[in-house]
Amino acid sequence: MSEPATERADNGSTPLLEVRDLTVHHGQLRALDRVSLRVFPGEVYAIIGANGAGKSTLLRTIAGLHRPTDGAILYDGKDMTKIRPERRATGGIVMVPEGRRLFGSLTVEENLKVGATYARKGPWTIERVYEIFAWMKDRRTQRTAQLSGGEQQAVAIGRALVANPRVLLLDELSLGLAPVIVQRIYAMLPQILSTGLTVLLVEQDVSQALRVASHIQCLLEGHTTLEGRPSEVTAEQVEAAYFGLSQAAAEGSEALWHGSTPSSRAS
Amino acid sequence: MSVVTDTPARSEENFRVTRSRRNVAWTGAGALIVVVVLALFPYIVYSGTTSLMVQAFIVITLASMWNLLAGYAGLVSVGQQAFVGLGAYFVLILAQHSLSPFGGLPVAAIGCGVAAVPMWWLISRLRSGYFAIATWVLATAIMLFIERFPSIGGGTGMSLPGLSGYDPTLLVADTYWIGLAVTVLSLVTVYVMLRGRIGLVLTAIRDDEVAARSSGARVGLARMLVYVVAAVGCGAAGALLAISQLIVQPGAVFTVQWTAIMAFAVIIGGLGTIEGPIIGAIVYIILQRTLQSYDAWYLIVLGLVAIAVALFARRGLWGLIDDRLNIRLFPVGYWLWTPESAGRRGPRKRGLRPRRAERHS
Amino acid sequence: MAWVNAIIQGILTGGLYALFACGLSLMFGVMKVVNLAHGDLAVIGAYVALGVITVTHIPALWSFVIVVPIMAVLGYALQRTLIQAALDRGVLITLLVTFGLSVVIESGLLQFINADSHSLGVGESIITGSFSIGSQIQIPYLLLLIFAVAVVVLLGLQYFLSLSRYGRMIRAVADDQEAAQLSGIDYRHVFGIAAAIAFGTVALAGIAYGMYSQFSPTTGTDTILLFAFAAVVIGGLGSLWGTLLGGIVLGVAQQIGAQINQADQVLAGYIVFLLVLALRPQGLTARRAQS
Repeated sequence: MSEPATERADNGSTPLLEVRDLTVHHGQLRALDRVSLRVFPGEVYAIIGANGAGKSTLLRTIAGLHRPTDGAILYDGKDMTKIRPERRATGGIVMVPEGRRLFGSLTVEENLKVGATYARKGPWTIERVYEIFAWMKDRRTQRTAQLSGGEQQAVAIGRALVANPRVLLLDELSLGLAPVIVQRIYAMLPQILSTGLTVLLVEQDVSQALRVASHIQCLLEGHTTLEGRPSEVTAEQVEAAYFGLSQAAAEGSEALWHGSTPSSRAS
Repeated sequence: MSVVTDTPARSEENFRVTRSRRNVAWTGAGALIVVVVLALFPYIVYSGTTSLMVQAFIVITLASMWNLLAGYAGLVSVGQQAFVGLGAYFVLILAQHSLSPFGGLPVAAIGCGVAAVPMWWLISRLRSGYFAIATWVLATAIMLFIERFPSIGGGTGMSLPGLSGYDPTLLVADTYWIGLAVTVLSLVTVYVMLRGRIGLVLTAIRDDEVAARSSGARVGLARMLVYVVAAVGCGAAGALLAISQLIVQPGAVFTVQWTAIMAFAVIIGGLGTIEGPIIGAIVYIILQRTLQSYDAWYLIVLGLVAIAVALFARRGLWGLIDDRLNIRLFPVGYWLWTPESAGRRGPRKRGLRPRRAERHS
Repeated sequence: MAWVNAIIQGILTGGLYALFACGLSLMFGVMKVVNLAHGDLAVIGAYVALGVITVTHIPALWSFVIVVPIMAVLGYALQRTLIQAALDRGVLITLLVTFGLSVVIESGLLQFINADSHSLGVGESIITGSFSIGSQIQIPYLLLLIFAVAVVVLLGLQYFLSLSRYGRMIRAVADDQEAAQLSGIDYRHVFGIAAAIAFGTVALAGIAYGMYSQFSPTTGTDTILLFAFAAVVIGGLGSLWGTLLGGIVLGVAQQIGAQINQADQVLAGYIVFLLVLALRPQGLTARRAQS
């Protein structure tokens, strides 16, 4: 079982998003087993884990697409476990779903317009999205099916941004994309955060997650195996948590990520 | 920061899978007794009751076939009246060529099966909702086509030749026995099909079509087979209809009301179970008799009840009975038996006992 | 020359059939519902119009002003309650429920009104007449008007879907329901709007049919639903203008069939439908075959 880091709760602020003992089933399969987490404003909270660990299920349940069997989801201190997904979106929790899920028969601009249909007030507009993704304005009348994977991902992010969320959920941004593109997209993150957003992301690419996150949590077969700041965990600990090895065994094996021991990682 | 490593130990469990929960030999014997008793009916009851039974046989057969299509193969057909009509007209045409209608019935049924193949080819590529309407269009087109031929009655219909010399009581009795035979044969066929390979394929398709295909199941072939078998069954029912009415009219045999009756009987009785159509047919007959004097009311009531059942009690009447008593007269599913947790009641002499037997069917 | 007349009649009837079909097509495109009660709703629209005309004495031509909004509201309500409940339980249940609805409506009409045929008539207006081209070709004004209305409705639908906010939402929900939810859209409400449009257009179609011909409780299925479906299949699933083309082909086929043998009119249309199904199942306007 994980214990929330005490430093974060010490200053008395309430977490923007909190998940308490969440249990989610897919039919008979238990995908999440009493998972908890807290995300504070301004954080980049990364959830890592192998395939099938339950990461996407967690995000989708937070977004409202899945009903949990047990547990609670709190947003700004209020229980919203029973709120429908569209109400969560208009309330400020917007997800960029796994696999982009753009509206295929709509153009780029129409996709953004749909995202802005029930937008909250805030700094993000379609024009602003065009500013941070320079290529998009010229291609805005194109059907999204004609875009490359990385471009689609950008549109998907843009579609979420124009709703002016408070919490942005990013589900497996790197899926199906070349590493160079993935890096470029994650490089956008600071610009996004500068407008006061909080990000909760799910990522299979562990090194990428460690690079951008202010906090990470590792899931394995539906429960939490690791939680903390990237600067506080060793590669061996992450490896052990990711694969479910005992820590001793992990420390004896080669570090998976050359050059990413705590001392060499830029903080 | 915290680290947790725990992997739950896998317990040693033995599982057993059986086809039925209770001894099916009992229900088999019971079924045989029922059939024998039914066969004796013409000697016991008045011909009015016998005629009613023939009606019931028609509806039970039709309902079983519709259930096979919709409940097991996931094919919603609102055009099965095509085969009811074709069955009736095949018998008529054969009777005009001197084949006794009783002998013509099996031929008509098979003829319907043959006709079903090109029909399937035409409409099988359509998705479920459009497939449904297409079956309706086919049925209507067939009816319009048949109406062009005055030699078989044109638009008004004609009476069935070949039975005029029959003794009336014997005619009713013979019609009854053929009806019983058709019904029993239909139910047995459905049971055997679903218990065997086809049943597995159909359940697999129902659960996950893509997975079924990729594991080698011949999805298209299984569906076509079901469609053909349903055509044969409905054709036999249509032939029986012609024999029992002694007249074949296009508007009466090709009406979509047959599909309504079949569908509602199955929904109310229990979609996806073999026992359901039987119960549903009985409910239909009762409703029809009771509301007979109120014109179209019985269809209104039937329709409303069917909608309500479809939404709120999807497994129908049989589903409600089944949940309480946990019996299957026609077991086509599988039961999973898991051993009791060790130490709770001490060692057992018999190794395995049903804890919470889960049924998968 | 009689043939030319027939073909022109067929083309114009195609407009009526397109009007039958666009609601069916819309509901399927947006929520994957094939509403088997679709035709019966047109007949309800016609009966309601009959009632309105009888009570208020407004000209048949203007009855749609009252009837179409009523039916649209009915569509929204029915979608949010009955049809949504069925959708939540799966495709099979939805089909069964709409089929049940169709039977209940028809039986109800039979029971509470009667089996007779009615016509809305066209009253004392210019459209009772027809104009002639040459000596052999007669084009009824009413048919021309119906065709024009059909084109206007299709144009309206097209612009609504491509330019308006709700149209965009409808298209988004049709593409990906979940993703639309994530963008804050309540898809049930969007479904309701789509149903309202479908019911409204089919009521208009019912009124048009009621003026052009006669209707009875079974017209909904015998004629409207099956013709609508045939038009959609011939024209190509998923294409609004394809539905017009399909309707035209169907209408022309029927008229040609009637020229050969009066009794074969409807059958001729179905034969063409079956031919398209056999030879080009994706329809005439689709670009490539769909599996």
